[in-house]
Amino acid sequence: MIYEFYALLPLVILSFSSLLWLVIDGIWKNKSLNFWGTFASLVITFVSIFFSIQYFDLITGIARNQLVTKGFLSFNGFSYYFDLVFVFAGILTLLSSRDYQRAKYIELNEFYTLILIAVFGMMIISHSNNLLTLFLGIETMSLSFYVLAGFFRKSNESVESAMKYFLLGAFATGFLVYGIAFVYGATKSLYLDELSVLVQNGSFQKVYFTIGLVLVLIGLAFKIAAFPFHQWAADVYTGSPTTVAGFMSTAGKASAIFGLYLVARYLIFPFSGIEFAKFTSSQVQLVVAIISALTMLVGNFIALVQKNVKRMLAYSSIAHAGYLLMGIVANNAEGWNAIGFYSLSYLFMQIGAFLVLSTIETSEINFVTMEDFSGFSRKHPFVAGTMSVFMLSLAGIPPFAGFFGKYLLFVSAIKAGYLWLTIIAVIASIISMYYYIGLILYMYFKEPKLEISPRFGLPFVSIVLCLVGTIILGIVPQYIIDFTYYLIR
Amino acid sequence: MELILTLFIPLAGAIILLFVNHEKHNFIKYFTLSVSLLTFIVSLFLLSKFDFNNTNFQFLTEAIWIERLNAGFRIGVDGISILLVMLTTFITPITILSSFSAIEKRNKEYYFLLLLLQFAMTGVFVALDLFLFYIFWELVLIPMYFIIGLWGGKNRIYSAVKFFIYTVVGSLFMLVAIIWLGLYVGGNILHLPGGFTSNFMQIRDVLSQNPIPFDIEKWLFLAFALSFCIKVPLFPLHTWLPDAHTEAPTPGSVILAGILLKLGTYGLIRFNIELLPHSAYFFAPYISILAVIGIIYGALVSAVQTDVKRLVAFSSVSHLGFVVLGIFSITVEGMQGAIIQMVNHGLSTGMLFLAVGILYERRHTREIAEYGGIARVMPAFSVFFGIAMLASVGLPGLNGFVGEFLCLLGAFKSPVLNSYLFTIFGATGVIFAAVYLLTMFQKVVFGPITNPHNHSLKDLNKREWAYLVPIVIFIVWIGVYPKFFLNYSEKTVKSVVSKVHTQSLGNTSTLNNLNLLKNIESNLGAKK
Repeated sequence: MIYEFYALLPLVILSFSSLLWLVIDGIWKNKSLNFWGTFASLVITFVSIFFSIQYFDLITGIARNQLVTKGFLSFNGFSYYFDLVFVFAGILTLLSSRDYQRAKYIELNEFYTLILIAVFGMMIISHSNNLLTLFLGIETMSLSFYVLAGFFRKSNESVESAMKYFLLGAFATGFLVYGIAFVYGATKSLYLDELSVLVQNGSFQKVYFTIGLVLVLIGLAFKIAAFPFHQWAADVYTGSPTTVAGFMSTAGKASAIFGLYLVARYLIFPFSGIEFAKFTSSQVQLVVAIISALTMLVGNFIALVQKNVKRMLAYSSIAHAGYLLMGIVANNAEGWNAIGFYSLSYLFMQIGAFLVLSTIETSEINFVTMEDFSGFSRKHPFVAGTMSVFMLSLAGIPPFAGFFGKYLLFVSAIKAGYLWLTIIAVIASIISMYYYIGLILYMYFKEPKLEISPRFGLPFVSIVLCLVGTIILGIVPQYIIDFTYYLIR
Repeated sequence: MELILTLFIPLAGAIILLFVNHEKHNFIKYFTLSVSLLTFIVSLFLLSKFDFNNTNFQFLTEAIWIERLNAGFRIGVDGISILLVMLTTFITPITILSSFSAIEKRNKEYYFLLLLLQFAMTGVFVALDLFLFYIFWELVLIPMYFIIGLWGGKNRIYSAVKFFIYTVVGSLFMLVAIIWLGLYVGGNILHLPGGFTSNFMQIRDVLSQNPIPFDIEKWLFLAFALSFCIKVPLFPLHTWLPDAHTEAPTPGSVILAGILLKLGTYGLIRFNIELLPHSAYFFAPYISILAVIGIIYGALVSAVQTDVKRLVAFSSVSHLGFVVLGIFSITVEGMQGAIIQMVNHGLSTGMLFLAVGILYERRHTREIAEYGGIARVMPAFSVFFGIAMLASVGLPGLNGFVGEFLCLLGAFKSPVLNSYLFTIFGATGVIFAAVYLLTMFQKVVFGPITNPHNHSLKDLNKREWAYLVPIVIFIVWIGVYPKFFLNYSEKTVKSVVSKVHTQSLGNTSTLNNLNLLKNIESNLGAKK
């Protein structure tokens, strides 16, 4: 099936190239070659996704057994959209990591390869049509993240964050696998499309299925750092290298949300169904809604009192996971599109903000506090302006990308009848205004104290890309919205 | 075309300004001034082409923005907004002229923000799409936040944050209401492909045929009203205003008082009255009570201020109370009065702030006790200050009288409020205004010069003459011949008021007060 090969092309390219660069690194040890090589691989993958998008339609009708992938992978527009998001996040991170590593005096080639592998894992998640594939994708991604988080092996915080992430992550993975096993025991299937039919017909062991579902949800909630499984996130994001933190908190979160979307769409909310399924789905919907509300509130409340900017962004990323969950709760086409749009806009603003931090950090300055940003705009008006745009966008102020993302999420939630959740989201946004605006306040209104200066260079290519993305998505969101609808149709 | 130009010339100017070397101070100043004057001239064409017999939106421009959400770039003006657009284009050049001396650092950023602010404020007045309206509404915040925070007084950071958070609290609830309305009209009633609409005219027309259940409309009304009342500001949501006004630089205060507060009252008419008439009927007495409390409270607090600027700031609370009272009387007189009073307040309070700014630039203090006998050294200034003060008090022959009189008349005749108490208590505000403003004026301007610093004060220079004279012309013009201005809004206001009355009468279940109903009917009968 040549079309299936076309559809698989991005995955193939990325998996082969990541292994290739690992091997080449072992032979030549050339830092420049490796950096640009991995970068080129990501770009080629990015382009190949556009190529694949034209062909995925042709294999949707074909029976599972005739496919090479035997139905383990699914090919639909939403997957490709998320592929684009993940690969783009990878490109932005990769571009900025080299200078950052040099500034910290640890430049190792494995870093780039690990990012490639993480992106590959995310793409597996977005293409998975089987709970085991989903699990494999999550594990591939997480394993790279464990290593990336502890990449600065001489820094205590980095090692601590890696250790925490690994222990808790492994624990959560246990829940996930256990849950998958229960689901299999209850339904005798792991294929998502089959499962959705089975759930609708009610041909499954109800008790085991429910237990399995809960366990799977816990595992995924951990991965997206939703309340009450959010404790690890702040420490991990704070301790890990800043560029990686940006990558983990955006692409990593988006991929986990995508996993949750798959579970929610195929297992929890089948469209029509027997009484039991309806009961379960309405209950689970309520539970997810409560989790979403608490995640937003907790994340924003804790972020409110943070002085360390990186930690503030880490906590705020918990809150953003809560906003994203609104799309899952809404459980309608608007909600899924909103997740798609918000993931992309969140990627621009959050990675952008982390990258600005990464250019300020040096081997001496590990953490930048709000105080350090005092009077930042005097010496560096452009960087301060860029950071302000990211902050305003994160706060959801129009006309930036974050506003449209939130708008779409609110629309979907209100349409689904979750007005109370929207109002809580509004309250959470108001709380978040305070600290996002707070940083702008330090940068513009206070007198300079500590002299901090950003390093210009390659990272700024990424930062400018993020800036342009944040503004473009805010002013002409039409194209991305149309694009997601076109792909999801 | 005129409307598009009026809206976008400031934005274009702001973008051009970004590429100007920040050390060319004079070029930046005069460039900004000419941009704003050009906008004013273009808006004069707008005014001349405006047909005040037409109650529909004019200069309509529509472009699809986000097709799926049926959100578009839709702009237009009608009788309610035309005068406010003119006020914006008129006040901005004056503000810029006054900034020449008031702003001493970071010129480029300042003028950039000022032009951006003008763009956003005009946008709020002309947006005919709820989504677009919201974006402009929020866009107003960012420049104002920076203007207060960067060029403000001692307590500027606190005031800027307070201003920002207060406004955002209201506007986010408004966003929820906008989304709910859009889904209700676009999805439940019209069944549009996207299931959503934010087209103002479409929503208004649909709602006039299919009223929202009252239980829900009530909440929508409150969500909109919260946002607008914070901006107005209505008592007890006014606490951000004295801080923001006092700490903002002079031009910032002028913009705040002159235009920004009107965004709130404009929103009340445009959304709360036009879109949600039943709840407007239901809530009118409650909001009017708050408005009257605001009138008296603002006046009383003004009377004990020792800081001139703070005094003027609190007087805004009082004056805007009249506007809200006029709006929620839901009578032609009241609403006409409210619209003209919005313009008046922009002119007279704006001028008072300018006068305070002129004093502040010379003495760097705003304490009333520091002054005294200014008339001896600054005679021309004292005349202008006096005119502004008397206009603010509501002296017949000057503009303030017309607006306040009409607002009170509307409240008196109002079938919805149905009580003379509103007018009786509201009218005391005029007396109190005379008390605190005349006292302040007397202490500052008359008497012997007690403070030796005041001996060497210089009278107005040419630039200050240039921006005070145009305001005085309008203050007198509106005071003597208000019909010219009232004409623009009369037909539109009449059609809005009669629509509101017929719609609310059509849905009698929302009105449990039979007495009220009778009153309305007799009132409508009397009009015929």
